[in-house]
Amino acid sequence: MIDLLLSLLILAGAMFTFIGSLGLARLRDFYTRLHGPTKATTLGVGCLLVASAVFFSVREEGISLHEVLVSLFLFITAPVSAHLLAKAALHLKLKSLAPTPAPDSDSPSNPALERDRAD
Amino acid sequence: MRHLLPHPLLSLTLTLLWLLLVNQLSAGHVVLGALLGWLIPFATSAFWLEQVRIRHPLTLLHYFGILILDIVHGSFHVAYLILRGPARLRPVFVEVPLALKTHLAISLLANTISLTPGTVSVLLSGDRRSLIVHALDTGDSDALVGKIKQRYEAPLKWIFEEGSD
Repeated sequence: MIDLLLSLLILAGAMFTFIGSLGLARLRDFYTRLHGPTKATTLGVGCLLVASAVFFSVREEGISLHEVLVSLFLFITAPVSAHLLAKAALHLKLKSLAPTPAPDSDSPSNPALERDRAD
Repeated sequence: MRHLLPHPLLSLTLTLLWLLLVNQLSAGHVVLGALLGWLIPFATSAFWLEQVRIRHPLTLLHYFGILILDIVHGSFHVAYLILRGPARLRPVFVEVPLALKTHLAISLLANTISLTPGTVSVLLSGDRRSLIVHALDTGDSDALVGKIKQRYEAPLKWIFEEGSD
């Protein structure tokens, strides 16, 4: 019974990670590509971690909580790296499908954006 | 008291992290964890400019619950969008005006936006009054901004800043 649950979790995790990577290959500009690995993989890795926690808790003495730590650090670091990648992309004016925010149409008090664009 | 224990919440978090890291609950590790939790805030005090106060812990738990549900629900949606193909995506940049003021609340909001599938936070304006967000597929930008403000920003404001102005 527990084996069935674990297999389902691992399969679901693998599938979401795969779809995330597929997005990386298929989508057309940097910004949309960024969504694949940061998103679909969140749930993918989440499923794998739950499977790992259940497996080690059942097989060994006591419950295994290392996975909580892994997901905690993942949830803290993944959005930060995505944010920095996107910020760098905006700075480098990469090709974008969506119209990028123009410095003028923005709120006039937006020194960061204007400074970034001025270079 | 403030001098001896500058960031009680951080100390508690670090102690819990240490216990999770060693994966066992023994008296020795609790003491070692507490010692680390007491010392590390001193070493990193330059990064902690403001005192973190959680005014409504239960709301924070509720917030994390909503966040996890949204991640699961949104992951299916993004997976569907990727499988359907890139041709019909409607990516867009939107600007979310911020009502939040504290550093921690703003970073939590930006992290939340990036974690929930379909949106990535891209740029925080220099005056920290607005956040630029890239959405993968949106027909109605205003509805998206409204959803972010109402679903994520309002609870964060309530949890961290309510009555602090």
